[in-house]
Amino acid sequence: MPGPGVNDFCIQAATVNGSGSQSANLVITRALFHMGIPVAAKNVFPSNIEGLPTWYDIRVSPHGYQARKRTVDVLVAMNPATFVDDAANVRPGGAAIHEATMPRYGAAARDDISWYPVPFARLAKERLDAKPDLRKYLQNMIYVGVVAELIGLDPAAVERALRDQFRAKPKAAELNLEAIQLGVSYARENLTKTDPFRVAAMDRTRGTVLLDGNRAAALGAIMAGCTVLAWYPITPSTSLCEAVIEYAERFRVDRATGERRFSAVQAEDELAAIGIVLGAAWAGARAMTATSGPGISLMGELTGLGYYAEIPAVVFDVQRVGPSTGLPTRTMQGDVGYVHTLSHGDTRHPVLLPGTVTELYEDAQLAFDLADRLQTPVFVLSDLDLGMNQWMTPPLAYPERGVDRGKVLDAADLDRLSRWRRYEDVDGDGIAYRTLPGNPNPRAGYFTRGSGHDQDALYTESPDAYRANMDRLRRKLDGARHLVPGPLVDEPGSSTLIVAYGSTHHAVVEARDRLAEMGTPADYLRVRGLPLHPMVAEVIARHRRVYVVEQNRDGQMEALLRAELPGELADRLQGLRHFNGVPIDAESVLEPILAAARPRPAVTARPRQRGRPGDGGPSRDDEGALTGKPALPVRPAGKLTVGSGGVLP
Amino acid sequence: MTLALEKLNRLGLSRDDYRGAHTTLCAGCGHNSITNHIVKALYDSGIEPHLLAKMSGIGCSSKAAAYFVERAHGFNGAHGRMPSVATGAKLANRNLVVFGVSGDGDTASIGLGQYCHMIRRNLDITYVVEDNGVYGLTKGQLSATADLGSTLKKGRVNRYIQIDVCSLAIDLGATFVARSFSGDGKQLVPLLQAALAHRGTAVLDVISPCVTFNDHEGSTRSYAYVKDHDAPVNTPDYIAPQEEIAVDYEPGTVQDVELHDGSHILLRKVDTSHDVRDPIAAMRLLYEARRTGEIVTGLLYANPEADDLCTREALPARPLAEFGVEELRPTREQWDDLMAQLV
Repeated sequence: MPGPGVNDFCIQAATVNGSGSQSANLVITRALFHMGIPVAAKNVFPSNIEGLPTWYDIRVSPHGYQARKRTVDVLVAMNPATFVDDAANVRPGGAAIHEATMPRYGAAARDDISWYPVPFARLAKERLDAKPDLRKYLQNMIYVGVVAELIGLDPAAVERALRDQFRAKPKAAELNLEAIQLGVSYARENLTKTDPFRVAAMDRTRGTVLLDGNRAAALGAIMAGCTVLAWYPITPSTSLCEAVIEYAERFRVDRATGERRFSAVQAEDELAAIGIVLGAAWAGARAMTATSGPGISLMGELTGLGYYAEIPAVVFDVQRVGPSTGLPTRTMQGDVGYVHTLSHGDTRHPVLLPGTVTELYEDAQLAFDLADRLQTPVFVLSDLDLGMNQWMTPPLAYPERGVDRGKVLDAADLDRLSRWRRYEDVDGDGIAYRTLPGNPNPRAGYFTRGSGHDQDALYTESPDAYRANMDRLRRKLDGARHLVPGPLVDEPGSSTLIVAYGSTHHAVVEARDRLAEMGTPADYLRVRGLPLHPMVAEVIARHRRVYVVEQNRDGQMEALLRAELPGELADRLQGLRHFNGVPIDAESVLEPILAAARPRPAVTARPRQRGRPGDGGPSRDDEGALTGKPALPVRPAGKLTVGSGGVLP
Repeated sequence: MTLALEKLNRLGLSRDDYRGAHTTLCAGCGHNSITNHIVKALYDSGIEPHLLAKMSGIGCSSKAAAYFVERAHGFNGAHGRMPSVATGAKLANRNLVVFGVSGDGDTASIGLGQYCHMIRRNLDITYVVEDNGVYGLTKGQLSATADLGSTLKKGRVNRYIQIDVCSLAIDLGATFVARSFSGDGKQLVPLLQAALAHRGTAVLDVISPCVTFNDHEGSTRSYAYVKDHDAPVNTPDYIAPQEEIAVDYEPGTVQDVELHDGSHILLRKVDTSHDVRDPIAAMRLLYEARRTGEIVTGLLYANPEADDLCTREALPARPLAEFGVEELRPTREQWDDLMAQLV
């Protein structure tokens, strides 16, 4: 096992958005990956095109932890506007590489970290033969070189990562490589390493790829045979739709004729996007849309139509911070409660809750099968962290089976049947048989409507017919409990259980390892879908204390659990909530659980880090909160100063 | 006993095969007349009932989709959202004959955005606006197509300028725009047939008096007003694809527009200066009519050569809905290549 500081730290590049730092950060990320060192990268970016602060966290971990790390070990400070705050977030004993001309004061003058000043702008200007407008991009590549030299990146891995990055532009690759070399030589000649953070090649990335969730979801949709995409651009779902288009143009265009076996409509709004999806699915195509919270709100109306008229639809919700416009480029699990019963009247929709990129790929395919099987809109809940960040994952598997198109009758089927009624529950599962427009059988036609209808799809306001239909829909959705993926359970036998879902998983994995090391292990249940699988209650019943960890303020999953669990089990639930817009970290899970395990009185202030507020960790008021007191305001969160992590009853 | 021989169309179907559920609209409603004209147009054109997709939104007008061709699939969706649902249906199965029935509230208010974008995409649809200038199901509120200065039954005056769905459509690049009157089957049926033959968005704004809420003195959508102010710009004849053009006419008095399927619409000109291929001329007609209070009817504008949505999307002739998943997935080799490219 490597020594302290080796392969186990977090690099944070603090830059200005629009400066091209993403390419530089990807080169570092991929070089680490090529060296066989587990790596995870998270982009914390502004809702802006150019000029606002942005941070890119690259975490290396010999254990393969992929959650956000709360503290920064190695800072690359390129943004004068945030320099002081960024410096404050570096842990004692850490390191800061910075543009040499930025004035150092406040936390940027602290003496407990290693400082590595580099004149990036001057180097780019004097030593690189490039046009002035290219120089700001090249400055970032210079820091790649400085980082590479200081932490010991393998030059071959760096070059490979760079050439991959500029695969389409070999000329640009040479210039960027030159910039990296410049950084390496500058660091070698001018900097003396005084921090412990370095890397050593491992063999822990073989057999994996680096992939963001949005691409994985897009590939799932392609493999599911989705042919109609309708969407309205919205962060953070945009790249999901663009990836669907990219892959469709790669795999679905007949090179000889130019014919396209797909259609992607950029709709006028999310109302139209879901309308197009419903129309296409009604007519027999597999159709999808992807959106985020504000789009989900707009889709409420037609989602109810899909539920009531029983039309398949697949909706990817890549969640971001709400309410309203919220923080458009930050992450949250804020839609789960809303989406599950989206629209007016009594509705309920299957919701899939993938926690990893692989699950997102699988759930994307499953969502189309479920939508067809259940003839209803199905939601896949991702989030910005899962969707837009880079995750290590095994290569996605080619599907070994076909797809389930559900209960669709063709003309010959109708010939064989003496009777067919569109909304009759023939099989006792609440799912009726449908026909598609274009079916030539004279009995195939029916009139789809969002108004009251009887089993023959005819308009009715009959109380009995309405009630019978709604009861059938309830049976249908109850059946979905067994069709959505069951919970993932790891139950070594603790009386404490952590319940989580979605991308929160990665912080929980890390927190559990640490809890186990400290002799207070916790069991784990990860919810994978709604409506809740019966196993969820069974597992909860085996535990005395149950923490429901989620990334929202109000405990939306906890509320869903409470609504379904018997009171005696519901009483065991304790919410543990993180909601400051940056992805949850292991400490946010760990600390309140440890605090609750400590005997009272245990209210002690967490030591403030030097010169800056904390970073979204739970409030130290948590013992009080955990026992049922109202949530108290907590310190401003990290660099964002917009909200906070917190622990609520 | 002798049975009268039932008349059949080119598919061997009778007119009854094109009828639908019994109407639940008010007796004398203009929409019911339109339904009858739709039945005749679909029957005369020999539209395959199983390929017909009847789409509608919400409102009195949208109920009418249930009152013709019971055999066909229909979709009475949500208020103002029919264009998007119809777009999806057509993309999934381009063989469908998509027939939309909407109203003035459904199109010009709640659905105005979708209406505009349907036109912009040139979705292949026959889109009928049953336009009575009033909200019927909610009992008599003004709609956005009601003319400035027209009055409601109890005297309330409309103080807002009307949205003209025809001039709007032309401005948005619509490829087939007509206006007609529910009481004028002679004009409306050939317009509907031409609209069905047109490949692209065919807008038919059909003035359709509401006998219950908007048929009084002071309304510009009453039977009396429309009859007095109907100003046909041309009289259409529809000539089916294989049919011979056997109409005698003076040179310069008829405009012949060939539609995508080889059919023709012959327009006997009332106003001999109007060229239906000239959008500016069509706009001038509509603007002048607005000033004089006349209702210009007939085919106002046509551009049958424009590509429709499915053509622009380069969709195969075979409906997307019919492709099996094995025809849609990349091969294993392509997949392995893709995975190898993911670092």
